Amino acid sequence: MSISTSNAAPVSGQASSAAAPEPEELVQLLTPEGERREHPDYPLDLSPEEIRGLYRDLVLVRRFDTEAVFLQRQGELGLWPSLLGQEAAQVGSARALHGHDMVFPTYREHGVAMCRGVRPEQLLELFRGVSHGGWNPKEHGFHLYTIVIGSQTLHATGYAMGIQRDGRVGAEGEAALAYFGDGASSQGDVNEAFVWASVFHAPVVFFCQNNQWAISAPLAKQSPIPLYRRAAGFGFPGVRVDGNDVFACLAVTRQAMRAAREGQGPSLIEAFTYRMGAHTTNDDPTRYRLSGELEEWKLKDPIERLRAYIAREGLAGADFLSGVDAEAEELGEQVRRACRELPDPRPMEIFDHVYAEPNSQVDEERERFAAYLDSFEGAEHEGDR
Amino acid sequence: MPTTTLTLGRALNAGMRRAMEADPKVLVMGEDVGKLGGVFRVTDGLQKDFGEDRVVDTPLAESGIIGTAIGLALRGYRPLCEIQFDGFVFPAADQIITQLAKMHMRSRGSIRLPVVIRIPFGGGIGAVEHHSESPEAYFAHTHGLRVVACANAVDAYWMIQQAIACDDPVVFFEPKRRYYDKGEIDETAPLESALPMGAARVARAGTDLTIACFGPMVKTALEAAAAAEEEGRSVEVLDLRSLSPIDYPALFDSVRRTGRLVVAHEAPVAYGLGGEIAARVTEECFYQLEAPVIRVGGFATPYPPARLEEHYLPDLDRVLDAVDRSLSH
Ligand SMILES: Cc1ncc(C[n+]2csc(CCOP(=O)(O)OP(=O)(O)O)c2C)c(N)n1
Ligand SMILES: [Mg+2]
Repeated sequence: MSISTSNAAPVSGQASSAAAPEPEELVQLLTPEGERREHPDYPLDLSPEEIRGLYRDLVLVRRFDTEAVFLQRQGELGLWPSLLGQEAAQVGSARALHGHDMVFPTYREHGVAMCRGVRPEQLLELFRGVSHGGWNPKEHGFHLYTIVIGSQTLHATGYAMGIQRDGRVGAEGEAALAYFGDGASSQGDVNEAFVWASVFHAPVVFFCQNNQWAISAPLAKQSPIPLYRRAAGFGFPGVRVDGNDVFACLAVTRQAMRAAREGQGPSLIEAFTYRMGAHTTNDDPTRYRLSGELEEWKLKDPIERLRAYIAREGLAGADFLSGVDAEAEELGEQVRRACRELPDPRPMEIFDHVYAEPNSQVDEERERFAAYLDSFEGAEHEGDR
Repeated sequence: MPTTTLTLGRALNAGMRRAMEADPKVLVMGEDVGKLGGVFRVTDGLQKDFGEDRVVDTPLAESGIIGTAIGLALRGYRPLCEIQFDGFVFPAADQIITQLAKMHMRSRGSIRLPVVIRIPFGGGIGAVEHHSESPEAYFAHTHGLRVVACANAVDAYWMIQQAIACDDPVVFFEPKRRYYDKGEIDETAPLESALPMGAARVARAGTDLTIACFGPMVKTALEAAAAAEEEGRSVEVLDLRSLSPIDYPALFDSVRRTGRLVVAHEAPVAYGLGGEIAARVTEECFYQLEAPVIRVGGFATPYPPARLEEHYLPDLDRVLDAVDRSLSH
């Protein structure tokens, strides 16, 4: 063994690979130009109405997201993590779900949330700072947002283990879907979730939106190999799908969820996409990435390609497209109004729901704080606090 | 004395830069610390000037950051780790508590782990959950770690250098809502001339009551002392700076002079540092105390949504209320 003793060589950077990398397979059913492609493993037969439905979803989701960015700029929200560019990954995967399936999102799955029937203003609560949640996860089969990177993948796996124990695996079964990011793929929790899911053969699908960035860290900081290939090492299938292709995301997720529901175990989907906006409204991506990249991805826009396909195939007339646009404008207005109308929480709500059962410590502090508020001259009415 | 005006965040940056220039073994590592300069820009420009080997953008995994920092320290490096926000230190808790804190003792002193963990902490910036917490008591309760908190730009500049120079692991808390507060710093002074990292500092002298505090609460306590003065009360503000160990000689000295103590921190009062301090002061200063030690801080609840944080955080009024309660005894 020869050991280099030179200090001069830099230690960071990529391991050099002798052979040119093989092109990675990317499941694509709709090209950026809007041309339909067939894939032997992922047949997809959609009616014109279903296709129009997907288009409408994409447009409404983007409109909602754009509105939320505006609301943040106007000071109505503290923060907003935009999903711009990831609409197809979210709508396609969400439309593959059954009502009984359970979704475990990150903080960016606004499109999935809307498909699961969460109301837009409920999604704003966390970011307006009026609550830590906003909706009842059980009502929507859509868990609360998880900000701590990767945690939810374990929750999804445990939930899936519950599905097994309830005997709900089979033809009419249920499954869990865990969303996470390319950055999250480095977290211990995510890797442990892979181990658990694989060892217990749990009905869970891991849906990684590889948007190429984790704040300022490009994918290369997380992995020198494509993320979908990690699955093989854990013992389950992995597939990379064009994340800007709503058809492919739908077809691939449908198949993975069906397999999970039917007892074939977990799988990993890597949706190859791009974060078109800043990480959040607090972020300034010009500090760390080149605009050329953005321009390249603009050509792969998920909505443009579906619109081109619809036009080419004559699946909808101008009145449908303008109708969707009008609906989107209406949604924007409704979101604006609903956001401003979200009531501020009352101070005493700090003490609500800390425990499921009565708790003497919280009760004592609640009373003491109420007395403190009352001690101010002209204290608000008891009802206000 | 030539001084430079720096914000607390820039002072940390200048202190880190000086330590990196002085010792090539000092490495900065964390999420987004390179090109971005950290989400608060505290490491701004360091990667440009010291290169990617010394300012390392890590994968997104806190356990990995601290675990590999331990390994680097075993190889003679002095890792200076950034945890992006207080609420995200917990994936690293295992490495910090079971490994970092205990290796020196387990090796009977043959292994030293000079690892610094910088953590922006505390609330008041209108953030979503996990971005406003004050987890210092967890680490103070873990022996083998030193825990410190800076409150102003001058201390930020000196204490970060002292933490890097320290041969014990240091958890270094930075008051994120004070990052933009300015101070006058003499960057030509030698490190040895600075107040030791373990020493408390009288931030304002007074005779009627002592407020012991640290980090973001020092400014609030100083405002409270100024307000109390208008009512003829002379309040001393003691910036603890070191939370483990606490500079008890300085604290006892202050309390023996004033006879009254209020402890203020943003973290929940219940099971917090204030309880430990109250117990020790009661043991040592029992006969000089004119009133029970009073604690003011967060409630026995998770940190609330941003629109409620003004009620959760101990503000000027809550501190003054505690002062009044002490003085009414
Ligand atoms: C445990 C933890 N560490 C750090 C952070 C801060 N943080 C928030 S988002 C983010 C990047 C996440 O990247 P990725 O997983 O790719 O998801 P994306 O934001 O791109 O959707 C980081 C580091 C966090 N929320 N949780
Ligand atoms: Mg990402």
